[in-house]
Amino acid sequence: MSEALLEVRNLSVDFHTARGTVHAVKNVSWSIGRGETLAILGESGSGKSVSASAVMNLLDMPPAHIIAGEILFGGQDLLKVSYEEHRALNGKRIAMIFQDPLSHFNPVYTVGWQIVETMTAHGRPAEQARARALELIARVGIPDPEVALNKYPHQFSGGQRQRLMIAMALMLKPDILIADEPTTALDVTIQAEVLALLKELQKETGMGLVLITHDLGVVAEIADRVVVMSKGQIVEQGTPRDVYHSAQHPYTRQLIGAAPGKGQINLLNHASPVLLEVKKLCKSYGAFAALKDVSLTLHRGQSLAVVGESGSGKSTLARAILRLEPVDSGEAVWKGRDLIGMKPSDVLGMRREIQMVFQDPTQSLNPRMSVSQIISEGWDIHRLMPDRTIRRERVAELLDQVGLAPEHAQRYPHQFSGGQRQRIAIARALALEPELIICDEAVSALDVSIQAQVIALLDGLRQRMGISFLFIAHDLGVVRDFADTVLVMKSGKIVESGPTGDIFAAPQHPYTQKLLAANLDPDPDVQAQRRNRASDG
Amino acid sequence: MSQLPSATPPQSSERSSPAILLSMLWRDKLAFVSAIILLIIFVCALVGPALLGDLATDQNLRGRNSPPFDLSRGWAFILGGDALGRPMLARLIVAARSTMMVAAGAVIASLVVGAAFGLVAGYLGKNVSQLIMRLADVIMSFPSLLIAVVVLYVLGPSIPNMILVLAITRIPIYLRTTRAEVLEVRERMFVQAAIVMGASHWRIIVRHILPQVAPTLITIATLDFAFVMLAESSLSFLGIGIQPPDITWGLMVSQGRPYLGNAWWLAFWPGLCIVVTTLALNLLSNWMRVALDPAQRWRLEARSTTDE
Repeated sequence: MSEALLEVRNLSVDFHTARGTVHAVKNVSWSIGRGETLAILGESGSGKSVSASAVMNLLDMPPAHIIAGEILFGGQDLLKVSYEEHRALNGKRIAMIFQDPLSHFNPVYTVGWQIVETMTAHGRPAEQARARALELIARVGIPDPEVALNKYPHQFSGGQRQRLMIAMALMLKPDILIADEPTTALDVTIQAEVLALLKELQKETGMGLVLITHDLGVVAEIADRVVVMSKGQIVEQGTPRDVYHSAQHPYTRQLIGAAPGKGQINLLNHASPVLLEVKKLCKSYGAFAALKDVSLTLHRGQSLAVVGESGSGKSTLARAILRLEPVDSGEAVWKGRDLIGMKPSDVLGMRREIQMVFQDPTQSLNPRMSVSQIISEGWDIHRLMPDRTIRRERVAELLDQVGLAPEHAQRYPHQFSGGQRQRIAIARALALEPELIICDEAVSALDVSIQAQVIALLDGLRQRMGISFLFIAHDLGVVRDFADTVLVMKSGKIVESGPTGDIFAAPQHPYTQKLLAANLDPDPDVQAQRRNRASDG
Repeated sequence: MSQLPSATPPQSSERSSPAILLSMLWRDKLAFVSAIILLIIFVCALVGPALLGDLATDQNLRGRNSPPFDLSRGWAFILGGDALGRPMLARLIVAARSTMMVAAGAVIASLVVGAAFGLVAGYLGKNVSQLIMRLADVIMSFPSLLIAVVVLYVLGPSIPNMILVLAITRIPIYLRTTRAEVLEVRERMFVQAAIVMGASHWRIIVRHILPQVAPTLITIATLDFAFVMLAESSLSFLGIGIQPPDITWGLMVSQGRPYLGNAWWLAFWPGLCIVVTTLALNLLSNWMRVALDPAQRWRLEARSTTDE
């Protein structure tokens, strides 16, 4: 390792909250040299962002309180320098990019103005700043740099915004770039492009790159060294290969074990009767066609995955089947009855049979209802189980089924973690004993280890109770573990469909191939092989 | 920085039974005092006119504008006497009833009507919403005092008519706020989840949307309470509001205004009553907002563990 550019030594940070002191990070040390990429890997709440925030002086103090440690950069301790001195370093020597570029760009200024501001704020002339901005915008691959400078943030796609954010960070040629989950909000193909861009830029400028992520695939793709954090402590560090293949700490092993895409592939059982048949469904919003002639068949007990990137129409399909969205043309037949033209009086019965689990459990659970109210609401609506004691027992049973305790029934959603909330949402869906559960990105917002648990839970329900699943996802690893049939959607059309094994082993359509190639494997060796293949080809 | 660790909040109580609510009220001392003040005002409004009605109208010209804190004329004159020598304290207590009736009546009526129309306008389609909103615009574009003058002139000044007029002029405020919030809340995932489960429109509005909007409405209503009390006094000042011998705090303020120079207590005490009432209502509604929100309730409960 070359000489360390930035070094965090024995950093401990506490958060003083109304509910007591939380040790956010304990005794954390890491360092990064020129041209090196360090990944800080951890799940939500592991404290992986805290040390980087301390470097950037972004911690709100209070409630944060730095107990001990030092952050050495260029021979001085960043924790001791004045606010003004720190400000001179931020952006100039150390830059940072964030997960969601939309919320980090100011919507009322053009991106050009904001990118130029990074430089003028540090006292450089505007002319020079503009020239550099043009050069960088072209470098990060935005078409028409001159025009792009005068556009507003909302006029760019998510991937382009992240590129612009990178351009902005690189304006002053920083020595170190800290990237906090830079690709989490992006589609896989875009993620691959952004990571490649970061790597190229690093090679050109020789900057150190600190990458904060929860994704083993990203680590395998880009990192030279990795630091694994859990509950505020570093539990493991080393090269991605060593960590992946010979992890010492049980947490790391559990994390690697939970990475999706390694389990046995489910096989389709064709013998069971057809439950849902969708024929030539079309839906457009003005000139934009969200669904074009979409057809699919779902059997009882089947788990059908719909895969696609954002804007591919996969969520619209789910909403159309659930009659949340009117369609322009086409048919959907549920157990022999027409779903689209169904009489309002018949809808209630159908609502009982098809349930949905949404992406974000924080938003899909009413914050003012207790867990037992949430779960039993379906019974109120459908006038089932009037007896209160039977209800209470059934709620306890359902909570038990999804791995929660019966005493959780009286609590409110905010008292649970993300994974637990998604379990509540699943218990709510199960309460009505549905025949089909539609999962719209139901595990995307969850940490890997919790994701694995929820997938296992859903799979168990499918096998024990014969519930069918329509599983909408963008994460191919998860799909591979759970689905027996895969539909790949692009721009409102189904481009490929077939048994999971076939799709993953021998994708036919170029888009499916691109999607699979862009999907990052948690194994650094596999990822290295793929990279070589890509550069050869 | 979405990754900052957070502790799981302590488990909140099983049910919001009256005893638990009361203990939460005790935790917030300001809200507790407010509740007691409001209780006293309520009792005054309830039994005051029956007990002190005669005393409050008993003129005593020798005691005109007698200064406060002088016990020589008896306890009723502790806050002084008014321009006709009637005891201020007794009058304040008696006035509590009509003041509260007008203010509470107008606020509750406008809240209920405004919120109901707002919910409908926000939840239903564009056409209904347009109709309701334009009606609200008509009311808002009309000077409220002008409506009041016309209506009260035609119908004659009385407490029910006052309530009617004040309620109509305040409806658009609740209507607009409710509609704006409903438009946002109805797009939330849990409303979609309820639709997927087959919930009726009524159920979605009452169980899912209204509870999210209620805290805002309660806050506006308490602020509006003071506004209505003062609006009522300006109507009384114009001679189309409450007519003597009926009295309200607002009327007392406007009657005391000419004497501000030499007998400040005539306008000061009723003014103080208005201020204290609104302040108490605000503090209590603030507490209520926290106490009724499951995600915030721990603030009141957490304090109980640190206190003891």
